[in-house]
Amino acid sequence: MKRLDCLKAIYPRLEGCAVVTIMGAVAAELYSLGHRANFFYLEHAMGLASSVGLGIALAQPKRKVVVIDGDGSVLMNLGGLTTLARSRPNNLVHLIFDNETLLSVGGGAPGGYKWFTTATATGTDLAGIARAAGFPRAQMVRELGDFEEAALDAINGDQLSCIVAKVDAEMPKSFLIDVHMLENRFEFPRALQTKGGVN
Amino acid sequence: MPVSVANSQVVYDAMKGVGITLLSALPETWLVHLIRMADEDPAMTLVRLAKEEEGVGVSAGAHFAGARSAMLLQNHGFLQAINGIVGVSLLYKIPLLMLITDRGSFGEKDPWQTEGGKYTRPVLDALHIAHADLRRPDEVQPKIDHAMTLAQASLSPVALLLQRDLMWEEPK
Repeated sequence: MKRLDCLKAIYPRLEGCAVVTIMGAVAAELYSLGHRANFFYLEHAMGLASSVGLGIALAQPKRKVVVIDGDGSVLMNLGGLTTLARSRPNNLVHLIFDNETLLSVGGGAPGGYKWFTTATATGTDLAGIARAAGFPRAQMVRELGDFEEAALDAINGDQLSCIVAKVDAEMPKSFLIDVHMLENRFEFPRALQTKGGVN
Repeated sequence: MPVSVANSQVVYDAMKGVGITLLSALPETWLVHLIRMADEDPAMTLVRLAKEEEGVGVSAGAHFAGARSAMLLQNHGFLQAINGIVGVSLLYKIPLLMLITDRGSFGEKDPWQTEGGKYTRPVLDALHIAHADLRRPDEVQPKIDHAMTLAQASLSPVALLLQRDLMWEEPK
């Protein structure tokens, strides 16, 4: 399963949501589908995308928040899953693309070769961890159809959800994001705080 | 417990007074009443963190969503959160108000608190984070107000160091 195909499957549904992605391949591929002001690409600060999402979800309980995370980042803040679970915002969906490698920080190579894997390559089950942390819904998917169904159902639903998608460790076609970090940083809250923008 | 309830209330009321509606925290002895007050206040969202760095992300999210927030932490919590402070608050220019109980200075009886306190100010200074001490109850409200004003205007982290004289009452 390819990350880009997963993103294409949910892209139309992200309108009106607050979308927080991690750095690297996920951000670049979401950007490549068409940037929107309600997308925030958290460069650096690995592990904190879900914490940023939590802050938004608690401050704007009527807005759907979609965090698009990765296995390497989540593993840097496993405690954050417990904070999400105990805070249990019913408007937050945590999507995790699990390519079993630290692809975007140099752990991957062209052709999908994984030379620096994460622990999910050796059996760590992030959906299992989320479930055990207390997420009311957590599941792992391996097929595009299953991802689309699970992710859309979670976004349309009203409970804290974690969907872990096993994807290929493929580099994006380009890492280009032609929106400066600070431009993104200022347009994002403006989109979230504009009246009528609530999903 | 000889943590000052009255002065904790002064700090809590001052935070409410500057519009804070979300607090993220990890406990430490001097913070027990502040955290309890947040927990008992239906108008306050209290986020119980597993580790302090998460709170930097939570505060950034709250800021994006238009809410004012603060973090309650201790010296070692501040040191733990450095990467988040640099990678989120400083890099992205996001206001972050930190109330740090400043353990390990004069009068500290717990040997394990004596190291972290030594580095808090030098690290704040190294990061060019504005900071001030809160020592007397009468200075709490104006300094919290000024700290929040500066954080919002400068889009930066600002720290207030809660001192023993304010937070602790020696048993008589």
